[in-house]
Amino acid sequence: MRALVRWHLFWPCLTLALLIALNAVVNPGFLAFEWRDGHLYGNLVDILNRAAPLALVATGMTLVIAARGLDISVGAVVAISAAVAAVMIGGSLSLGDAEAVSRFPMWLAILAALAIALACGLWNGALVVGVGMQPIIATLILMVAGRGVAQLVTGGQIITIYYPPYAYLGNGFLAGLPFAAVLAAAVIALTQLLLSRTPLGLYVRAIGINPVAARIAGIRAKPITLALYGFCGLLAGVAGLIVSSNVRSADANNAGQLLELDAILAVTLGGTALTGGRFSLVGTALGALIIQTLTTTIYSLGVPPEVNLVFKAALIFIVMLLQSPEFRAGIVRLARQPGA
Amino acid sequence: MSAPLLAARGITHVYTGKPALDGVDFTVRAGEVHALMGQNGAGKSTLIKVLTGVESPRAGEMALGGSRIVPTSTLHAQQLGISTVYQEVNLCPNLSVAENIFAGRQPMKPWPRGGGIDWRTLNSRALGLLRGLDVDIDVRRELGSYPVAIQQMVAIARAIDISARVLILDEPTSSLDSEEVERLFAALRRLRSQGLGIVFVTHFLDQVYAISDRITVLRNGKLVGEWPVEDLDHAALIAAMVGRTPEAPPVACGATGDAPAAPGTPVLSARGLARRGSVNGVNLDVRRGEILGVAGLLGSGRTEVARLLFGLDRADAGSVAVQGQEVVLHDPAQAIAHGLGFCPEERKTEGVVEDLSIRDNIVLTLQARAGLWRRLPAAHVREITDRLAKLLDIRAPDLDGTIGTLSGGNQQKCMIARALATQPCLLILDEPTRGIDVAGKAEIMNQLVALAREGLAIVFISAEIEELLRVSTRITVMRDRVQAGTLAGDCGEEAVYAMIAAAPAPVSP
Repeated sequence: MRALVRWHLFWPCLTLALLIALNAVVNPGFLAFEWRDGHLYGNLVDILNRAAPLALVATGMTLVIAARGLDISVGAVVAISAAVAAVMIGGSLSLGDAEAVSRFPMWLAILAALAIALACGLWNGALVVGVGMQPIIATLILMVAGRGVAQLVTGGQIITIYYPPYAYLGNGFLAGLPFAAVLAAAVIALTQLLLSRTPLGLYVRAIGINPVAARIAGIRAKPITLALYGFCGLLAGVAGLIVSSNVRSADANNAGQLLELDAILAVTLGGTALTGGRFSLVGTALGALIIQTLTTTIYSLGVPPEVNLVFKAALIFIVMLLQSPEFRAGIVRLARQPGA
Repeated sequence: MSAPLLAARGITHVYTGKPALDGVDFTVRAGEVHALMGQNGAGKSTLIKVLTGVESPRAGEMALGGSRIVPTSTLHAQQLGISTVYQEVNLCPNLSVAENIFAGRQPMKPWPRGGGIDWRTLNSRALGLLRGLDVDIDVRRELGSYPVAIQQMVAIARAIDISARVLILDEPTSSLDSEEVERLFAALRRLRSQGLGIVFVTHFLDQVYAISDRITVLRNGKLVGEWPVEDLDHAALIAAMVGRTPEAPPVACGATGDAPAAPGTPVLSARGLARRGSVNGVNLDVRRGEILGVAGLLGSGRTEVARLLFGLDRADAGSVAVQGQEVVLHDPAQAIAHGLGFCPEERKTEGVVEDLSIRDNIVLTLQARAGLWRRLPAAHVREITDRLAKLLDIRAPDLDGTIGTLSGGNQQKCMIARALATQPCLLILDEPTRGIDVAGKAEIMNQLVALAREGLAIVFISAEIEELLRVSTRITVMRDRVQAGTLAGDCGEEAVYAMIAAAPAPVSP
């Protein structure tokens, strides 16, 4: 039992379980699954699907934070990636059977969007590593300017994507499961594998814990950090594709809005230290699920829209208190006092 | 002889059980520059803290201009007439020079003229003060836009304007180049002629003789003595600082002297290695099986030599050759690739990676050398760490535990193990025995000698001459950021002290 409580993913798991239990109490049908047309449906499946973009963005964010960085431009990169893909695929509304027409081949549009997202990440990394800017300032530049770039790409309009195959990314199913969720899970698993099978995970931790000592020990921190920012941008690009596919449009102003804050929150909930060093990709995935479950909870509780944000803030506050070792220690002390 | 301006008698202070000052007397006369000298931990800083009211002493009393004072804070001390300028300038770089000088006591316009700060008076008075120190700058510009030397002058201007009786300068010259030092000294001479009592703390011996009138030496919290500068030559000053007592038997030199260094190409040789603001003209040759000791006081450039050799700092001039091949060292990773190993001075900030396991810490450099993609097999890691832990006698309950759980001495051994894991041809150790108890020190030194016997070349930097003499084949001496010379293995303690103290001698190879 003691070992279980000490397990670094114990509190994120418990939080998620409590939230799901809350939903199950309020809405008895919440845990139900349904197999229809070879696809799995249900509230939990829906949460997995909707959490995918956040989980992807937060995965990149975890690694950047683990190496003592921060990337607050991911929301803007989501918008840029969505805009590039939307403009390149485009398509027009036709009556009757929608004809599968795109301006460029879909694979080319996806590649271009991802390449630009990667470039955005590398740009951030270059500012931090090469110029020596504070990460929050360096990425603030793209956070603000990125929305402008996205607007430039879309010509200031919301671009609707009529090309049907593109909808698969955000709405399709693979082996009965939502494709986006499968993709996110695969990316997280592959990243985890890469970090544990190569020494990269060790280097990232060493850089995060003590960058000076890491350099003296011969770790080339600069290229590694640059690559982490690039990876973070790339994953934000993938998230942008999913988001735009999901709603079949690209909105330069609102796509990925405040996603960077949710991502940082997911990283924190998953037990990664914001000071660098200690990190957990699985924890981050749980964090993303917690946040998405929270949002779903608010809808299923029927919270009026005008108090929606306040309610969410209150729930997050409680979740953060639950995750704080200091707070828990205080509770334990309080609980013990009357007996003593 | 003038009457004392500031007199402290029998100052005693204790930090959590450890006496920091023990009945110290200290006297500053008007119109003198008084050097306060001592090694690290001698009690200089504590004495300054007592004089400026940061610490209140357990015993003793102070008098300023004949009347008894009890400063309770730096502000109070300033009001009494004692100001301090620290090594790092304690001003606001984002305010203007003039604002910094008058911060908290700005001249105000009278209400009839609208109130508010009287900028014209403020700026003109600031300009006047700085001109008095022979500094002519735009006082309206941000302080941060000026070099440290100017910032220091501004700090001095502020200090003397607040209280012009006693000025304490705590290592003011450590980040200045020689021209800037000369300028500072000119200002100090001017202030001295105005009757100020100036206390000057430094590690640079030459500067003591260039500016001081009187020297007080502390050692281990006790007063060693006070001398007019002409009565205490370099060697005597160093002897007073390091506390060499005549009856102590000299330590035998060259413990490895019986195993003569292998002839042929040196493992490492440096020629004319220099870096602006760091060290100048360093020439070294280290051969297989040789331990080259590097001696020198704090700030003499001993650590800087190690940083240049390991590529932590880039050299402006000179060359380094490893096994006869000239190499470029711009990054520690390059130095490691050429077969150098390094154990840094600051174990906590530059060495250990706190949250990683002991094994990961030990293999970190070896792993880093293997590149980005190839992870050392776990069995290999276990074998290497087990072997090194045994070799260096690292006492850990569990090598998979985090390194933070180990004692300082064992962490230090892990750092040596990390360097050894790459099987370097040359090992650079910067103060490997610092902060370690006596038994641990002896153990580490014995291991160094054993490693050298097996053919490793070692550069061993230490502040403790006795340690250097015990293990070194040869000792090179750094003094005021220049290599003062190299002594052969069978020199005595006296010779090392003499070279640390002496005027620059021609460098012997």
